[in-house]
Amino acid sequence: MNVLEQIEAEQIKKEAPSLRAGETVRVHVKVVEGEKERTQVFEGIVIRLSGKGNRATFTVRKISYGIGVERIFPVHSPRIDKVEVVSRGKVRRAKLYYLRERSGKRARVYEEDN
Amino acid sequence: MTGLIGKKIGMTQVFGADGSVLPVTVIQTGPCVVVQKKEKAKDGYSALQLGFGSKKNQRVNKPEQGHMVKAGKGAFQVLREFRSEDVAPYEVGQEIKLSDLFKVGDRVDVSGTSKGRGFTGVIKRWGFAGFPASHGTHEYFRHGGSIGNRSYPGRVFKGKRMAGHWGDERISVQNLEVVGVRAEENLLLVKGAVPGAKRGVLLIRRAVKGKK
Repeated sequence: MNVLEQIEAEQIKKEAPSLRAGETVRVHVKVVEGEKERTQVFEGIVIRLSGKGNRATFTVRKISYGIGVERIFPVHSPRIDKVEVVSRGKVRRAKLYYLRERSGKRARVYEEDN
Repeated sequence: MTGLIGKKIGMTQVFGADGSVLPVTVIQTGPCVVVQKKEKAKDGYSALQLGFGSKKNQRVNKPEQGHMVKAGKGAFQVLREFRSEDVAPYEVGQEIKLSDLFKVGDRVDVSGTSKGRGFTGVIKRWGFAGFPASHGTHEYFRHGGSIGNRSYPGRVFKGKRMAGHWGDERISVQNLEVVGVRAEENLLLVKGAVPGAKRGVLLIRRAVKGKK
């Protein structure tokens, strides 16, 4: 293992969440407000997984007060407390960009049937 | 204050203390050995000559061998001088380690030789826009256009941006933040990019500008 790979490997979280596009997740993010630190939850659908190793990120999309909001999280960021998977969606592609053009009922992702 | 000689390993990203993503360059640096002390009385200026890296003894010619033998630490790949007002506390043969000079949060200047691009045109070298691909442009797509006026001034101004050799010159980047110091592995992590290709030789000094 070369030096760069070694440094990158150290950045990786041991219990990193294994996610898939289409999952509905609750991301617990630590936010610092002045002195205090608290946890904020961002809930939405994972529409993209990107990168690998310590550079990996995932994008969560939600509709907030009628406006689509997307947030990109680094998978191994120390600011992310935990990621809960609420449900698994039945999707046929890796990047769910088509959700951006849809609204209302058409923007749903159906739950995976087990 | 002296600096250190290093080798560029490459770039990656690390998470900062507050969780932010920092782009960093990893530099292998130190331990550097003092090979010669230049003194004001004898040489007219004061500086430390440091050696870094190693090479085979058979690759060193006799005069160089005689010079390096004084430090007693084998043959060095690179020798560089660092201007330093106060050379008295250093001895020939002394090792200067990374942890002696830099710590996390310090600011450093890094010098190196930039990647050579060869003979480049004005579009690549200076970011000129070139000419339209259609509307009658004939054999004039990547040209720079006019380079001056008429009989007054009757010449091309010095420094006019034209095609020519680009890169492979000494570049210094100032005021880079030290993000990590790994003393055991002799690795220095600085925020941002540094000149040159991987495995290129770099000089790392205390920042001359910026806040202390």
